[in-house]
Amino acid sequence: MMVPLSWYILLGVVLFVIGAAGVLVRRNILVVLMSLELLLNSVNINFIAFGRYYGDFRGQIFAIFVIAITAAEVAVALGILVALVRNKSTLKVDEVTMMKG
Amino acid sequence: MDPGFFLLFATVSVITALTVVLARNPVHSALALMACFLNISAIFVMLEAPLLAVIQIFVYVGAIMVLFLFVIMMIDVREAVLQRFLPGRNLPAMVLLILLGIEMLVLVLWSDRFSITEPAAMGGGDQIRQLGTTLFADYLLPFEAASVILLAALVGAIVLARKEQG
Repeated sequence: MMVPLSWYILLGVVLFVIGAAGVLVRRNILVVLMSLELLLNSVNINFIAFGRYYGDFRGQIFAIFVIAITAAEVAVALGILVALVRNKSTLKVDEVTMMKG
Repeated sequence: MDPGFFLLFATVSVITALTVVLARNPVHSALALMACFLNISAIFVMLEAPLLAVIQIFVYVGAIMVLFLFVIMMIDVREAVLQRFLPGRNLPAMVLLILLGIEMLVLVLWSDRFSITEPAAMGGGDQIRQLGTTLFADYLLPFEAASVILLAALVGAIVLARKEQG
């Protein structure tokens, strides 16, 4: 018996909501970044599941691009984080108001 | 057989994802995220995407999580441990999340496009060879753009994290 497609999609939905919760309510910037990784990974599950069930390679190719862009994003984000901690010595998202946001 | 493995990996990945969001210590969050990525790569294997599973382990578990742990070691996280969540004003975010979750669940469960149980046949032959041919022939321009983006991110990260002179 094979697993139906909707199970993978539901797993993606659950992981997406958990990751969005982490982005919205956590106070530590590091954990917010980790939750962002979780969001991107749940989208990857969707891409690969659809690609598998509809017999199309493009799902996997888009997942490869998502992983590459995620690596770039994490490198830049952690660089910004290190610069931020060096200049402001805070890790709390609600204390980073240099741009008056 | 298959649904049992899927349920096992899915349950463990959801539990570890909840641990990422709820853990007090960022190191625990990072380790839970590592476990979550390993389970997701197992799910990629179940989806017959072994290349993606290996890339997932190399890039996420091998590179990104080590980067996270390095940064956690570099900076002092003790003061950030004390308060997990943003003070006040969390109710709108929670309502938004619950609405989002219900909306997506209802859309997925009501639609009949997601109910196919039999995966399409993958054209036989060497799957990874076909994947590579498609990637380097049809998607050459996005591939080059991704390489330029990675180079820019490399330079940007070095410039951002460098100590200011003087």
